[in-house]
Amino acid sequence: MSAPQLPPPVPNAGDDDAMDALVGRLLRAGVLTAGALVVVAIPFFLARYGVLPADFRVFRGETHNLRDVSEIMRGALRLDSAAVMQFGVLVLIATPIARVALTLVAFLVRKDRAFVLLSAVVLVILLVGLVSGRI
Amino acid sequence: MTLLAFAPLVALGAFFAGLLGSLTGLGGGIVIVPMLTLLFHVDLRYAIGASLISVIATSSGAAAAFVREGFTNVRVGILLEVATTSGALVGALLAGVTPTTTLSILFGLAALFTAYNSMQPLGDHLTDAPSHPWAKRLRLDSTYPTDEGLKPYRVQRVPFGLTLMFGAGALSALLGIGGGIIKVLAMDRGMRLPFKVSTTTSNFMIGVTASASAGVYLRRGYINPGIAAPVMLGVLAGALIGARILTRARSETLRKVFAALVVIAGIEMLYKGITGAM
Repeated sequence: MSAPQLPPPVPNAGDDDAMDALVGRLLRAGVLTAGALVVVAIPFFLARYGVLPADFRVFRGETHNLRDVSEIMRGALRLDSAAVMQFGVLVLIATPIARVALTLVAFLVRKDRAFVLLSAVVLVILLVGLVSGRI
Repeated sequence: MTLLAFAPLVALGAFFAGLLGSLTGLGGGIVIVPMLTLLFHVDLRYAIGASLISVIATSSGAAAAFVREGFTNVRVGILLEVATTSGALVGALLAGVTPTTTLSILFGLAALFTAYNSMQPLGDHLTDAPSHPWAKRLRLDSTYPTDEGLKPYRVQRVPFGLTLMFGAGALSALLGIGGGIIKVLAMDRGMRLPFKVSTTTSNFMIGVTASASAGVYLRRGYINPGIAAPVMLGVLAGALIGARILTRARSETLRKVFAALVVIAGIEMLYKGITGAM
């Protein structure tokens, strides 16, 4: 079974099959949702802006409506194609964040205090950049 | 070129990057930025933004499958994510004040190191030494599946791993890459995790690391839907198909071809950075 010279280590959180399956499903769902949003919106985007020259030589930066989280969501609800695509990108960025939140809950259930703290630190770091936009 | 021509061409290039990246296990991130800047004349900042998005997509897609196989060490992953995400925030901060010529030179060096590293022999660097005290305290030691059943391993040099991970996170943010190579080196050579555990745990962390800086870049306007969307779709399709045809045996020839491609891209990025053409 195991190497003779080493006693088996204590089972840890990584051995939890149900949790792993849930994490796997969450990641897949996030990627598929993001992909679907972009696939649906891209023909409308190209129909509208396709004739414009693809000149990205000079960095101008996106306008506020494609930079701000709530503005992107508002635009996506109006079915603005560029905003829907950007919303897809946002869903993708949020997928690993949701994964960290899920692990945090799992450690909370197991009362594993050190790892609740570590997951919380990662979660805060992830949200700082996205929400404040200023670091 | 109009956007109507640009989008499918970029998606096609990203498809091949994702396919080759997945077949060789090197990831597509290291070729997306050179492709966008050198072939499509996209500003480096837009290229880095789009590349990070593709890195999140492939990492999350692959992690979904890997976590279930029992190789990924979730505890090690989360501990090291504290370092990679703080590194990513610092990297994103530095990216705002670093000239693109400097970034281009850094990218060239990273690409050359990637190619060099891909030619090194792979294998475990396990040890029987007792676990590092932090590893004991945080219960990082675990087991991994082998042909002879589950085998235990002991985690070493945790502070060293954390330090390297901070650097890996910063580099990932600065250059728009996953930084898997440094992550794997830190875990495999430094912390002495089994090689397969190192690669899957690295992949587990890459999405979170890239998400930290991608969030900042989105707020800073680096992410243009006209570039990021076709890159993301192309890389995803390539990686998915690559994972399908990957029948365990990795082609050595393919690896060499990809490494050669990365070397050419790296030299070009170095040249552009040094001559100030970036």
